[in-house]
Amino acid sequence: MKTESPPSLIRRYTADERFNHWLTAITFLLLAFSGLALFHPSLFWFTQFFGGPVWTRILHPYIGVAMFLSFAGLALKFWHHNLIGRSDVEWLKRIRDVVRNREEGLPEVDRYNAGQKLLFWTMIATIPTLLVTGILIWRPWFAGYFPIDLVRIAALLHAICAFVMISGIIVHIYAAIWIRGTVGAMVRGTVTRAWARKHHPGWYKRIARGGEKP
Amino acid sequence: MSLQSLDITRRSATTTPPPQQRQQKEVAKLIDVTKCIGCKACQSACQEWNDLREEVGINEGSYQNPHDLTANSWTLMRFAETDRNGRLEWLIRKDGCMHCADPGCLKACPSPGAIIQYSNGIVDFQEEHCIGCGYCIAGCPFDIPRLSRKDGKVYKCTLCSDRVSVGLEPACIKACPTQALVFGSKEDMIDHAQDRIADLKERGFDQAGLYDPAGVGGTHVMYVLHHADQPQLYNDLPKDPVISPTVGLWKGILKPLATAAMLFTALAGFFHYVTIGPNEVEEDEEEHRA
Repeated sequence: MKTESPPSLIRRYTADERFNHWLTAITFLLLAFSGLALFHPSLFWFTQFFGGPVWTRILHPYIGVAMFLSFAGLALKFWHHNLIGRSDVEWLKRIRDVVRNREEGLPEVDRYNAGQKLLFWTMIATIPTLLVTGILIWRPWFAGYFPIDLVRIAALLHAICAFVMISGIIVHIYAAIWIRGTVGAMVRGTVTRAWARKHHPGWYKRIARGGEKP
Repeated sequence: MSLQSLDITRRSATTTPPPQQRQQKEVAKLIDVTKCIGCKACQSACQEWNDLREEVGINEGSYQNPHDLTANSWTLMRFAETDRNGRLEWLIRKDGCMHCADPGCLKACPSPGAIIQYSNGIVDFQEEHCIGCGYCIAGCPFDIPRLSRKDGKVYKCTLCSDRVSVGLEPACIKACPTQALVFGSKEDMIDHAQDRIADLKERGFDQAGLYDPAGVGGTHVMYVLHHADQPQLYNDLPKDPVISPTVGLWKGILKPLATAAMLFTALAGFFHYVTIGPNEVEEDEEEHRA
């Protein structure tokens, strides 16, 4: 890829949005590693990243609250770009072509494609559930005040939601690696015009017309 | 605590066999509630031997003192008054860890070696490995483990594993003045219970029986009850205790499946990259100007 002069780059994310995204990402990674450590014995050694098993147990819920608040910022900022439309259904029906890099004739993608939107709504479903179930099983502060059957259900739901969320984020991270030119959008805030035209033509057209601030 | 042990049947959060070369005979404590006079000598002996003291509490109109099991009180006489056949019955049950053959606490525990089960059946917490998550509390079908406010560790009856390992009986057994508490091999305790039950039946307690619930694989603390058909009369002793299916799902199938699925997802990404490859913006597209 040749070096582009600044005018050929367009802004996709502001500094505030990037900060918010990476704060969420860092808290997510800490949560995923500390949570997995307590989920499966083969991953218990992850507790060493947190100063030992007891510190892992102590820190995890506080980091969880931080991630929830950080993600709430992202959700408020981006929800309206993630509404699912008819073309998203068409796009999903052709997911086999998408994963094979065959993009001819795909429905026009706006700011986000259907895969990105699905990830967004997966996070919307799982993160608040993780917060609520996490509080229900949070010892020593809260769990003792709830009926034991509720605590049990919360523990199970917490594990299921975490599994769904972590799997979703693995796909999210891989997609950023797979679709070249994407990482820069969230690191420097910019993408090339060609990238925008190829992956988000609907969004690009609106930017190019100058009708919308990026 | 971390003494070398060669007779461990199960170890929490451990997927390979624990040291189990030595096999011990299964032991059991038999609590004959029909002989119990509610003197609480067992409670005192427990605190005495384990060198723990309960805080002085307040009277809430019951003989039960303290009101519940705590991190200091690993056994508790629970007093229940019931009306049966027009007669008052004062049912007293010594509550504490049942030392299940299939322990829910151990199944739920995420910390390797924080809960172990010896081949003699004793389920023991190793507090120095406890992380204070309280999963054992969710795992237990009998509501036994108690989280300490002082150190964030969980405590419960050890069945005096320290005494039993050197051939002594648990402290509570030694203190009981009516032999309502007896200790020995599980086999002998079942035999002894059968004699007691036959005697009770002769004396009109038709429903007398042994409480050794199969749902948790049997227990290493058993009760002789005059009303074995209604264990819930004895301060809600569960009728058919099992590890909650919720906990079973969480710690049974979900744990390995979800871990494998996450690993598979990451691998799928890698293999997608090396087979189909990245989606790149082509050179002429870059050069094209809108």
